[in-house]
Amino acid sequence: MNTKTISRRDLLKGSGALIVSFSFFGTASQLLAQSTGLSDDGLDPTSLDSWIAVAQDGNITVFTGKVELGTGVVTALAQIVAEELDVPFNKVHMDMGDTAKTIDQGVTAASRTVERGGPQLRQASAAARQELLKLASGRLDAPVDKLTVTDGVVSVVDNPARKISYGNLLGGKRFNVKIVAAGVGWDMKVAPGIPAKNPKDYKIVGTSVPRIDLPEKFTGEFTFTQDVRVPGMLHGRVVRPTTTVSKPVSVDESSIRQIPDIVKVVKEGSFVGVVAKTEWAAIQAARTLKVTWSAPSKKLPAGPDEVFNYLRDTKSFKDTIPVNRGNLDAGFSQASKKFEANYHWPFQLHGMMAPSCAVADVQGDKATIWTGTQGPFRTRDAVAKLLSIPKGNVHLLYRESSGSYGRLEADDVAEDAALMSRAVGKPVRVQWMRENEHAWDPKGPSQYLTIRAGADAQGNLIAWDFMDRSFPWTAAEGNALLASNQTGLRATNPGFLNGASGGGQVYTIENQKVVAASIPWVQEDEWPLRTSNLRAPGDLARVFASECFLDEVASSLGMDPVQYRLRYITGDKRPAEVLLAAAKKSGWVERPSPTLSSGKQKATGRGVALANRANTMIAAVAEVEVDKATGQVAVQRITLAHDCGLIVNPDGLKNQIEGNIMQGVSRALLEEVLWDENGVKNLDWGSYPVVSYEQIPDVEIVLIDRPEMPALGGGEASIVPITAAIGNAIFDAVGARLRQVPYTPQRVLGALKA
Amino acid sequence: MAQISLHVNGKNRVVNTDPGTPLLYVLRDDLELHGPRFGCGLGQCGACTVLMDGNAVRSCILPVSAAQKRSITTLEGLGSVARPHPLQAAFIEEQAAQCGYCMNGMVMGAKALLDKNPHPTPAEIKHALNNYICRCGSHLRVIRAIQRASGSQPGKLITGAVSTSSSRG
Repeated sequence: MNTKTISRRDLLKGSGALIVSFSFFGTASQLLAQSTGLSDDGLDPTSLDSWIAVAQDGNITVFTGKVELGTGVVTALAQIVAEELDVPFNKVHMDMGDTAKTIDQGVTAASRTVERGGPQLRQASAAARQELLKLASGRLDAPVDKLTVTDGVVSVVDNPARKISYGNLLGGKRFNVKIVAAGVGWDMKVAPGIPAKNPKDYKIVGTSVPRIDLPEKFTGEFTFTQDVRVPGMLHGRVVRPTTTVSKPVSVDESSIRQIPDIVKVVKEGSFVGVVAKTEWAAIQAARTLKVTWSAPSKKLPAGPDEVFNYLRDTKSFKDTIPVNRGNLDAGFSQASKKFEANYHWPFQLHGMMAPSCAVADVQGDKATIWTGTQGPFRTRDAVAKLLSIPKGNVHLLYRESSGSYGRLEADDVAEDAALMSRAVGKPVRVQWMRENEHAWDPKGPSQYLTIRAGADAQGNLIAWDFMDRSFPWTAAEGNALLASNQTGLRATNPGFLNGASGGGQVYTIENQKVVAASIPWVQEDEWPLRTSNLRAPGDLARVFASECFLDEVASSLGMDPVQYRLRYITGDKRPAEVLLAAAKKSGWVERPSPTLSSGKQKATGRGVALANRANTMIAAVAEVEVDKATGQVAVQRITLAHDCGLIVNPDGLKNQIEGNIMQGVSRALLEEVLWDENGVKNLDWGSYPVVSYEQIPDVEIVLIDRPEMPALGGGEASIVPITAAIGNAIFDAVGARLRQVPYTPQRVLGALKA
Repeated sequence: MAQISLHVNGKNRVVNTDPGTPLLYVLRDDLELHGPRFGCGLGQCGACTVLMDGNAVRSCILPVSAAQKRSITTLEGLGSVARPHPLQAAFIEEQAAQCGYCMNGMVMGAKALLDKNPHPTPAEIKHALNNYICRCGSHLRVIRAIQRASGSQPGKLITGAVSTSSSRG
């Protein structure tokens, strides 16, 4: 992105030398100097200077704890800042995820960055604009309400010749202004009392500004985490057991003696890694090193069915009940028709294109980490704990990795790199191999869902009893990550709950209960079935179950799926609007499912699903072709209507939706983690296929913009209804109901025979 | 260890390395190129793709010794942000990426395709790129970018077009 970066130290000194050249290939000691004088808790969020700096040339630097994950979100945040400050978009530079220079705005995840981080930066910008106008008022001898700003130049309304630029007003100096900053992370309210611009006057927000980061990504000029090189840097690779972490009973270092350039075999607790002068030597050594592991303390479950049984039969440690209305028993007793079904969701991988990678330079009681974490402060704190040094002694510099979809909230590799660097006293770059990533990815958890419903004699739903049984994210909430666990730290809590939305609460039913039960899953010694948030966590499975089940009911009653859904949308009209928008765009014809109109071997069908993810409304219509002889499903087209309130960048949003659709098709048709007693079986892309070019659907998108509303999340909402819409389309085509994901040919053929 | 002579992006380079080292690590670590990327090390995903004598090859599984006396072109060899190759310009124009990590493979794969078939149909593009993985799901934009670079009207030949219903005036 931008190559000019303001040194926070110089800025804090008020030296006036604001723009200094700063290379991230600098020495660790230079980099560490940046953090000198900071407390463990970092910068003061109530200082406006912690957020924004104005250079003499009018360039604006925004310091943000939010990071670009490849979704375009930092372009959107820069638009928000440029809009509020009335500066050209290309004057805004985003300095992201440097723990010595930015405020902790919480992890970048859960489609919350525009929704929560956006207002934080908007309000900081509004406060900065207010201060700049005050300064201009004095310099131009005119009251603030007679001033206007165009492209970073303040002028007097009725005398435009009297003007002064932001650069001339403040360039080289601090604001020295206190603002309100209450709360922490996502929930921090920044300068809440400062009036911001009326959205009606927006000129930059709402336009398809091209992504800041993309051009360099097409030419090789971009620096990903994987491209970070530090002088004197060595290469490390991890050696991990294939099942539950046990102890290395013996490590035969002579087994790699023939490989040149080996620096050290790092053993600490049950952690084993290899450091070498070259990457290829490290790879060969990690593959060749003979390690005998002790018997694991706990076996992996025999397979997915054993996990489903465990989910079904084990007492929940926490029930989340987002809806409990009316009286279910009374509802079912009045029902003339009753329905019940179970749905199964598999473990799935995040499957990052780039396996985890980080560079660490640990020198004495100080550490510098370059990594692609979704939570720079979270990783900083974890590394500090692992190394038993103060948080303030760890300087984390965010560098973008590939799309991570939640996986890099649990930034394991930064810890691996820190351990190996400490062991050799030199900077070490650690990159996981593909098989490390698939084996030890903290996976999207399996879910077991049970639904009962009752309808009265007129076919109205009068009872809805939804139960999701799923695992919490064990690699979350500050629980020890892999290297920490291997060196003796243990999980301190049961993990972060897997959400509770998508269980049918987008509808209002007279007697309705939705329960998300959390089943214990934290292990004393880590194993490959560890879990974390995978894009729109929990919601895919819950919407798969609730929206497919609703179609089962509608079909049984001979109702059109869209019309039947509309009956139960009350109050907020936004769900009905996206549903109708998707139906209309797709050319939906009102009729019950299935069609069964064709005796041909290849049958086509359409299916719909509706979802509300964190108040973003999404409806999808899937059109599929099912080969009844082979069980192959081809998704031909997805039409998706999307309402996330105010749209910041329409093309950026469409890009996200297209990606969500492709990943949704992939997870619906192809993706399932399998394992046996020897560990995970899908250790490469051949055994864990994801959607390919010849399998992608065509896409139609309807964006519903609501400038009167706040901007809500667009990063993951649109993946939520895809599985359900495809499942309903398969049923429509061939009359077979699939209640287990993925929809493999084998399962389709099985359902056809059922 | 051996002295290996390479011809990369029009320049002769000599590296001292184990001849069995996959070309990818030599390009990245010895020649400091960022274009070819490690994705799987198994030749499955395409992120490491380079052109060798005009053919797209997976540099993560190609021993550097096999690249001697061959002409290697990496993403950097096509163009830069200041002077992009028409294919790179088309990808930028179409905003054809999300995280962009796999895009080295998409651009290099497209280059190999267009050199042999200057006006591919969408089906031909899909077939040519079928073994290149994109996890973010930028497939439709990549197809549009390749169509644009080939002189076709992007978006018209496929129904990946996007329409907006907006209440904003």
